[in-house]
Amino acid sequence: MTDVTMTINGRAVSGAVEGRTLLSTFLRETAGLTGTHIGCDTAQCGACTVHVNGASMKSCTVFAQEADGAEVTTIEGMANADGSLNTIQQAFQDHHGLQCGFCTPGMVMTAAALLKENPKPSETEVRDYLKGNLCRCTGYHNIVKAIMAASGQDVSAIAAE
Amino acid sequence: MYDFELTRPTSLADAIKALGEEDAQPLSGGQTLVPTLRQRLAMPSTLVSLTGIEELKGIKNEGGTLTIGGATCHADVARDGTYPALSELAGLIGDPHVRNRGTIGGSIANNDPSACYPAAALGSGATIVTNNREVAADDFFTGMFETALDEGEIVTGVKFPVPEKAAYVKFEQPASRFALVGVFVSKGADGVRVAVTGASEGGVFRWSEAEDALSSNFSPDALDGLSVPADGMIGDMHGSPAYRAHLVGVLTKRAVAKAG
Ligand code: FES
Ligand code: FES
Repeated sequence: MTDVTMTINGRAVSGAVEGRTLLSTFLRETAGLTGTHIGCDTAQCGACTVHVNGASMKSCTVFAQEADGAEVTTIEGMANADGSLNTIQQAFQDHHGLQCGFCTPGMVMTAAALLKENPKPSETEVRDYLKGNLCRCTGYHNIVKAIMAASGQDVSAIAAE
Repeated sequence: MYDFELTRPTSLADAIKALGEEDAQPLSGGQTLVPTLRQRLAMPSTLVSLTGIEELKGIKNEGGTLTIGGATCHADVARDGTYPALSELAGLIGDPHVRNRGTIGGSIANNDPSACYPAAALGSGATIVTNNREVAADDFFTGMFETALDEGEIVTGVKFPVPEKAAYVKFEQPASRFALVGVFVSKGADGVRVAVTGASEGGVFRWSEAEDALSSNFSPDALDGLSVPADGMIGDMHGSPAYRAHLVGVLTKRAVAKAG
């Protein structure tokens, strides 16, 4: 076992891990942050997406030891300081961007990464950026709509209601 | 996943030493290797993580040659833009999360028969730099998932001569995001190169008939009537050998048109 420490949503978290302990496991089991979901565990679905030093990554493909010393942001770090939903989260609620909600933490983290890089993406750019995130419920239209709305753009003409 | 030790050296010298241990295996961005371990398809006793080694990261442009450190992620290459065709190729690999983590060295060393970077390296006449030698791309890719790398040897960088014209066209397999077929063409000081990925059972290859035709006339028309044989092409649920052979011709024309 090796000791690792990382800053998760501004809080330092330490724990002893095996070589094979994934960042996703560390977040859920050591830090107790179960908002990061594990869908496929094989780098395909994006449900486990978090930000490591500002870059979005699938936490099921990063070992906990590789994130030693890193700044990690998870879905639990997204809400406003007063606990209310942030702009992206609120837009998902307003535009029905979720149904079962399993993919949603990954979708929100991906949307945040996109809007940081590209504050006013086109619909095509949003869809392109979501390539690594699978949703089995919504058919994606309302997710795209929510992200466009969160970027402050008019969404009345986008896809199906 | 089977258990293993993970070491995280911060210098190349320490990494090479750690790789000298029995059953030690290098880990770069892990976008292929970690899922492989999850499926218990590999059982190393030690993984040597290369992503903590700063000297393996970064992009340098010197006198028309772009040198990219082995542990540089795809997103950094995509953002660079010095060699536009290469940056575009890097920006189309996988998805944004994969591009933030996957590395050029990992892709080149794995030599997946459908990966994009091997086509860029072969199609640009790049040189693969390892911890103890330099190997021309022509001699590096030796077969499907096979390279000239020796045991314990790693890709520390790739040197790309930036050509006068180049373009990559990829017919994406929508589920995996790998190339069903991808073609990289370039025209530079050393002539025309056409490298094809995703198609052959032997992995990435140069299509020499197309190179000859394009050398005298770098235009899509020069390829009229040329085709690669379906024999030896990959056949799977996504495409037959004949379909892939056909795509090679079509995509090469498109790549030449795009290179201008
Ligand atoms: S759980 Fe990580 S990509 Fe699906
Ligand atoms: S809302 Fe159910 S998987 Fe996306």
